[in-house]
Amino acid sequence: MTMTPSLDDAALEDGPAISGLKPGLAPTSDAAAGQWTLIARKFLAQKLAVFCGGLILALYLIGALAEFLAPGLPDTSRAQFTYAPPQSIGLFTPDGAFQPHIKGYKVEIDQEALRRTFVVDDSIIVPIGFFVEGPAYKFWGLFESNRHLVGPLDPTQPMYLLGADRLGRDLLSRLIYGTRISMSIGLIGVCLSLMLGVVLGSISGYFGGWVDTVVQRIIEVVSAMPTIPLWLGLAAAIPLTWSPVQVYFVITVIVSLLGWTGLAREVRGRFFALRNEDFVTAAKLDGSSERRVIFRHILPSLTSHILAVVTLAVPSMIIAETSLSFLGVGLKAPVVSWGVLLQDAQNIRSISTAPWLLIWPSLAVVIAVLSFNFFGDGLRDAADPYES
Amino acid sequence: MLNYILKRLVYMIPTLFGMSIISFAIIQLPPGDYLTSLMSTLADGGAPIDAATVERLRSQYGLDQPIWLQYGKWMAGILFRGDFGFSFEWNQPVAEVIWSRMGTTLALSFAALLFVWAVSLPIGIYSAVRRHSVGDYVFTFLGFIGLAVPNFIFALTLMYVSFRVFGQSVGGLYSPEYVDAPWSWAKLWDLMMHLWIPIIVIGTSGTAAMIRILRANLTDELSKPYVTTARAKGLPEYKVIVKYPVRIALNPFVSAIGWVLPELVSGVTITAIVLNLPTAGPLLLRALVAQDMYLAGSFILLLSVLTLVGMLVSDILLALLDPRIRYN
Amino acid sequence: MDSPVLSVEDLSLDFHLRTHILHAVRNVSFDLHRGRTLALVGESGSGKSVTARALLRIVDRPGRMAGGRILLRKDGVELDLAPLAADSKAVRAVRGAHIGLIFQEPMASLSPVHTIGSQIDEMLRLHAGLDKRAARTATIALLGQVEIPNPAEMADRYTFEFSGGMRQRAMIAMALACNPDVLIADEPTTALDVTTQAEILDLIKRLQVERGMAMLLITHDMGVVAEVADDVAVMRFGKIVEQGSVDDIFHAPRHPYTKRLLASTLKLEQAAEVRAGQGGEPGPILTMHNLTKVYGGASGFLGTSKFAVKAVDGVSLTLNAGENLGIVGESGSGKTTLGRLILRTVEPSSGQVLYRDRQGRDVDVTALSKSGLRKFHADVRLIFQDPFASLNPRMTIGQIIGDPLVVAGGHTARQIEEKVAELLGLVGLDPAVMERYPHAFSGGQRQRIGIARALALDPRVIIADEATSALDVSIRSQILDLLLDIQQRLDLSFIFISHDISVVRYFCDRVAVMHRGKVVEVGSAEKICTAPEADYTRALISAVPNPDPRHKRMLHRTRFNPDLQPSA
Repeated sequence: MTMTPSLDDAALEDGPAISGLKPGLAPTSDAAAGQWTLIARKFLAQKLAVFCGGLILALYLIGALAEFLAPGLPDTSRAQFTYAPPQSIGLFTPDGAFQPHIKGYKVEIDQEALRRTFVVDDSIIVPIGFFVEGPAYKFWGLFESNRHLVGPLDPTQPMYLLGADRLGRDLLSRLIYGTRISMSIGLIGVCLSLMLGVVLGSISGYFGGWVDTVVQRIIEVVSAMPTIPLWLGLAAAIPLTWSPVQVYFVITVIVSLLGWTGLAREVRGRFFALRNEDFVTAAKLDGSSERRVIFRHILPSLTSHILAVVTLAVPSMIIAETSLSFLGVGLKAPVVSWGVLLQDAQNIRSISTAPWLLIWPSLAVVIAVLSFNFFGDGLRDAADPYES
Repeated sequence: MLNYILKRLVYMIPTLFGMSIISFAIIQLPPGDYLTSLMSTLADGGAPIDAATVERLRSQYGLDQPIWLQYGKWMAGILFRGDFGFSFEWNQPVAEVIWSRMGTTLALSFAALLFVWAVSLPIGIYSAVRRHSVGDYVFTFLGFIGLAVPNFIFALTLMYVSFRVFGQSVGGLYSPEYVDAPWSWAKLWDLMMHLWIPIIVIGTSGTAAMIRILRANLTDELSKPYVTTARAKGLPEYKVIVKYPVRIALNPFVSAIGWVLPELVSGVTITAIVLNLPTAGPLLLRALVAQDMYLAGSFILLLSVLTLVGMLVSDILLALLDPRIRYN
Repeated sequence: MDSPVLSVEDLSLDFHLRTHILHAVRNVSFDLHRGRTLALVGESGSGKSVTARALLRIVDRPGRMAGGRILLRKDGVELDLAPLAADSKAVRAVRGAHIGLIFQEPMASLSPVHTIGSQIDEMLRLHAGLDKRAARTATIALLGQVEIPNPAEMADRYTFEFSGGMRQRAMIAMALACNPDVLIADEPTTALDVTTQAEILDLIKRLQVERGMAMLLITHDMGVVAEVADDVAVMRFGKIVEQGSVDDIFHAPRHPYTKRLLASTLKLEQAAEVRAGQGGEPGPILTMHNLTKVYGGASGFLGTSKFAVKAVDGVSLTLNAGENLGIVGESGSGKTTLGRLILRTVEPSSGQVLYRDRQGRDVDVTALSKSGLRKFHADVRLIFQDPFASLNPRMTIGQIIGDPLVVAGGHTARQIEEKVAELLGLVGLDPAVMERYPHAFSGGQRQRIGIARALALDPRVIIADEATSALDVSIRSQILDLLLDIQQRLDLSFIFISHDISVVRYFCDRVAVMHRGKVVEVGSAEKICTAPEADYTRALISAVPNPDPRHKRMLHRTRFNPDLQPSA
């Protein structure tokens, strides 16, 4: 590209001396690539973030298709299978035939402790299959079905791939149903936070002056207060008589109430920095109205950052819900969330009897939080493709 | 400098005011008041109290006055008499219940803060100086895990592991035989053996966050011209790094107390509930569930004040550390 | 000539970047002699700074030594620094002790949290083995030598308490603390005002002569070279293209690049040829009456009132139609604020701006409503200093240039595209670049785009705020000539704000000199540059380095002490 009217002389080189890391590698041209192309390119180069993005998508899919994916219903209890341990999956029967199956249980009485313990009995084989008929459910409350992705061919047989809880409920099914609640609280909470942040931020920015100062001080006060005591205080005020749906929404609101401050602060900071950029001044001198400057010039520069900040705020929402429910002031049975599941693993006695009650819900929380963190980090790194 | 501290103190007043209002709002939030829940409890137990007694109690506790007056009374009591109100559940003044619990909370938060600093400083420096080395990646990965695991899950896991490995439960601050024993070296040792789990649990996510912050800041500082100047002086590399960029990267390290401390106090609260430690946490939860609202509100207020004092300390430290702040 | 103190032979440095290897320095050789100054000249990206750093082995990653020798001679012993490890003891013993280094940006190059004194003490304690008290005594003596007043007290002060010139003096004191044989000065005065630059160059030169040091001066400014250097090496894209005595380089250059560089270097005596006989209908187009901007003065938090600063103080100026009015001043003189006041992106505290519109009516700009101001902004346009920050990176070139037309309304998409293509042609760019984004362009090209945007609404006046300051000399002269060419074709008037008097001289018909918010002198460019009347102007003009080694100007310049002025 030689466009400058040059004083070039044959004796002059026209650029710095460079050579490729490997011969024959041409750099890609991005002269005509817009913001989102550059962001996408920068983001896709980060394999871990992309992988975690996929993981998040998978979690939301699991939440969306919970009824179908879960082998059973979340609150079918079978007292005879209290604390039944996880079963393993086998592909071939002892006589060599191909038949996916799980092993059955044999009950033994522990003479010393005088209680029943389960032993996986290799001799009992419970055949399983795909798209089997099982307990009936109403998909999202819309239509009825009884098809399940996997399940025992004989629905009366026990299937506890991740073990059972104290009431003999299937942990895997509960975990899948819990995914819907826990992941959606993160998403809805962050949307509420964003709305709060945008509304207060706009008020603050539009009126400026003392209104701005007051809003800033409120943010300061809220963010200086330790979150868990505050959450506890707010959550404990929910009347016990409220329906699970009401509680769900109130908890989401509580979780987002405390999450918006960080969001608002970050967005405000970037907004003010952008407002002083030369290109924004240029837009004003070009005759753009205040509105046009904001929507045409400032917001497009802000969206990718907001996206990243919002993603990074989701994990704290998930953790908040989980913590509150775990402590018994958040969501309560019959609602199933990861936090509610962890309530069953509250003391050392139940954990040592049934460690899977701690392991699997915790793993779900950690995987979700980690994925959002890595994904959000990737987004943030890609959010400004123009910084060198 | 004195002027600066004074300014910060004055600046704190509206924040304190805001915090007290939020705390009081939480006291007022539940429908009804303590008496209504007391009444229903007693009624459930088959021994209802008569309306006259209720009215007497109501006016005794000032529950029949307008909200702003109740707030004024509560604040005046705290400010002038150190009176935080009355704990209905414990049947004694809040102040008598609260202080020993706040003491352990403060001690545990402080210990956790020291842990955060002691661990994140060397690791942060190492990660920034040896960027993209194997060690850096290991610490970064561990840091991500540390950020992702909620305190209570971490506490439960450690509890389970130590139960499996050492065969003993790790809750509380002392083994049963030492709880009421007089102070001795053995008791101190026992305390130490119990303390490490809560401190690690509470401190880990803060440590992970601090490592990330220090690494990012130090990376920025390392490319500043004054580092080149120090190198051009002929200083050995470790001295170049420790004396100049690390010194400046300490700023965010100190100012981070502002948000690390609330997080630590939060962590102490929930971890103490899981591990059954005698801090404010378990009591706060109990008070909230029982709607013993003056106790709960006082806890929330004091925990907030604790973080605010922490921030003041960080402001002062920052001014000591950085002349640019001191002279402005 | 005695044997050189330092010889560089065939030095090569590579930068292993993510996408390619950059050969930043290629087979560079030169000698530094005791008592002589070698100037390493080049534009940005020429590798001159990297070369300087390589001598101390402080090239940052990902730079690597690719070959060559760096021979330091001391007491008859020859030491080759090139093969040693960068952090080895031998190299560290050389840094500071045998080779001292001064950087461009003294604020950033000194630690903000250590006192000036302690930073110099450190050097003395490290290399001269002095104890704490002896080091401080020596430091205070050094600060005195670099003419810092009250050295004992200033040693305990922090960087941010020093002015720019004082900081650079402290930096010099530090570089010279251990009596090095070689002094490397990397753009030591680029960040400073001309008058301060002259003082600092004076000081460096005097100390060099006193101590008999060899000096390597890195600079892009041919004026500074002519004033200070004995020998010159011209660098381009990592290679030394020509080397010789300062007289040979300036008066008998051989390499075409050297010739080009000298041709683009503007002299104070030189006006653009096209300006001769500039006509246009006479009469003022913009008039400023008593324009003032006061910052601060309101009472602040806790009732403490801050000092009021008069950034612009009662400025009255007239811009005639078809004229180029230059506004010249050092940092803090209020020249940039003045530009913003005219456009009202900063509201004036008092005073008036009158604009004679196309119908010949005088419009009071200071009283305009929002819509009136929008019309005014269509006629009076701004060109920014920073070609990177002033273009929205998220818009294509077509969108950027077309934006004023879109806002103005009444154009079809097709008309806008045609207009943008025409504008691009006008500023010397291929209309096909319309689809591209700013990141695909160099600084000079971006500035052309900024000019095209300014021209989109057929303006009558253009305010150019340091429009060429961020550019290399050769690009700068291209942009200046482009502006003059456009002016000829489109009948424009310019207000040209700059700290660089040579540029103003080249570009402008009349010049206003600003100092501390006031206009101290207005006159024709010719008169201001050759026969200035005000004391301040005289001092300013005489401090401008002359790019001709046979006619050095700075060394016998007029000094100006504002505190002795009755009016100040």
